[in-house]
Amino acid sequence: MARYESLLDACGGTPLVGLPRLSPTVPDGAPPVRLWAKLEDRNPTGSIKDRAALFMVREAEESGRLRPGDTILEPTSGNTGISLAMVAKLRGYRLVCVMPENVSAERVQLLRMYGAEIIFSPAAGGSNQAVATAKQISADHPDWVMLFQYGNPANARAHYETTGPELLRDLPTITHFVAGLGTTGTLMGTGRYLREKVPGIEVVAAEPRYGELVYGLRNIDEGYVPELYDATVLNRRFSVGTRDAVLRTRQLVEVEGIFAGFSTGAILHAALAVAHEAVKAGRRADVAFVVADGGWKYLSTGAYGGTLADAEEALEGQLWA
Amino acid sequence: MAIEVRVPTILRSYTGGAKVVEGAGATLGALIDDLDAKHSGLKGRLITSEGALHRFVNVYVNDEDVRFLGALDAKLSDGDSVTVLPAVAGGALGFAAAAALLGHSSGSRAESR
Repeated sequence: MARYESLLDACGGTPLVGLPRLSPTVPDGAPPVRLWAKLEDRNPTGSIKDRAALFMVREAEESGRLRPGDTILEPTSGNTGISLAMVAKLRGYRLVCVMPENVSAERVQLLRMYGAEIIFSPAAGGSNQAVATAKQISADHPDWVMLFQYGNPANARAHYETTGPELLRDLPTITHFVAGLGTTGTLMGTGRYLREKVPGIEVVAAEPRYGELVYGLRNIDEGYVPELYDATVLNRRFSVGTRDAVLRTRQLVEVEGIFAGFSTGAILHAALAVAHEAVKAGRRADVAFVVADGGWKYLSTGAYGGTLADAEEALEGQLWA
Repeated sequence: MAIEVRVPTILRSYTGGAKVVEGAGATLGALIDDLDAKHSGLKGRLITSEGALHRFVNVYVNDEDVRFLGALDAKLSDGDSVTVLPAVAGGALGFAAAAALLGHSSGSRAESR
């Protein structure tokens, strides 16, 4: 279907494309091992987060938590903020985002263009300061609605009801599903759906290894595991270093023409690892992975040009959103 | 048998500031014992008094999370690369935001002691 009543109806239904050049070659007569990319950058605001934003807002409306004219407060500098800004605009809500003042200019411009208000916290305080600010604002405005994507079941349900069924419809022979681990919504929702429908499916998580500078700000004991996360949905979990994530992101555009963000490079790195294992074991594999967003918002990082070492350095310590 | 271990900023006070140290062991548990002998106190930051990996510590062998490879019983081979990282989710801002909003930062500190 190519005609929709509104932009919100055009959310999801993204293409799944084969990667004949990046798929590993197998010995003559061996079963095929194929890679497939789910192009989530084709969603209305250009990222997979549109699915979660739409479902979270709808759920809050249906439960009566969100009423016309309400204000949504979200501490985010990333794709979720942009998706929420679009949904809020079309559904008639006010959106307030809290973020450190040193986030990239593209993000600020995008959010403002969609009509979101931004409250900046001092750069020197980093994300801890942004959190403190968000907490303060939330305390001062108890009527503002926090959708809280890390613990909101509607986030995972968006993928259980849309991403999972789309994948199975387009690739009934799927053997592996690989996606990024952040809020864990994509993996929990899609993973649960595919486990119910596809015996023996492997659900694989990939996450970009965050910069040491960002890490250094926090105590190791303060790690946080999202409420949505359930390790039993996953079979494997990879943490991919910046260098490999950049390398794969570049490879994806150079070899297959797909211009993606860096979390997708990390996801591809894990997808290739399981694909090459299948080749070694002589097993058939159809490995589907998520292209979470396009590369547009990351152009100013400089990581698409120059040497790999330059790119790695440019990205070290940056926020991945 | 030499295994390269990458240490996060927060634990480098135990390794004299070194980002990468070397250790030995046929399993992850043995490797951590070996590391603790050279860098006293490290084990206590990674393993609970009950002898399991701390909930908020992730350990990866060649990029793969050991929790899916047998945890402390995960097999190691010569030349493997081990990375220790605090658990994170959804980007630095999202992760810190989530922890603070849920009030987990103080709770988790108490819990992991």
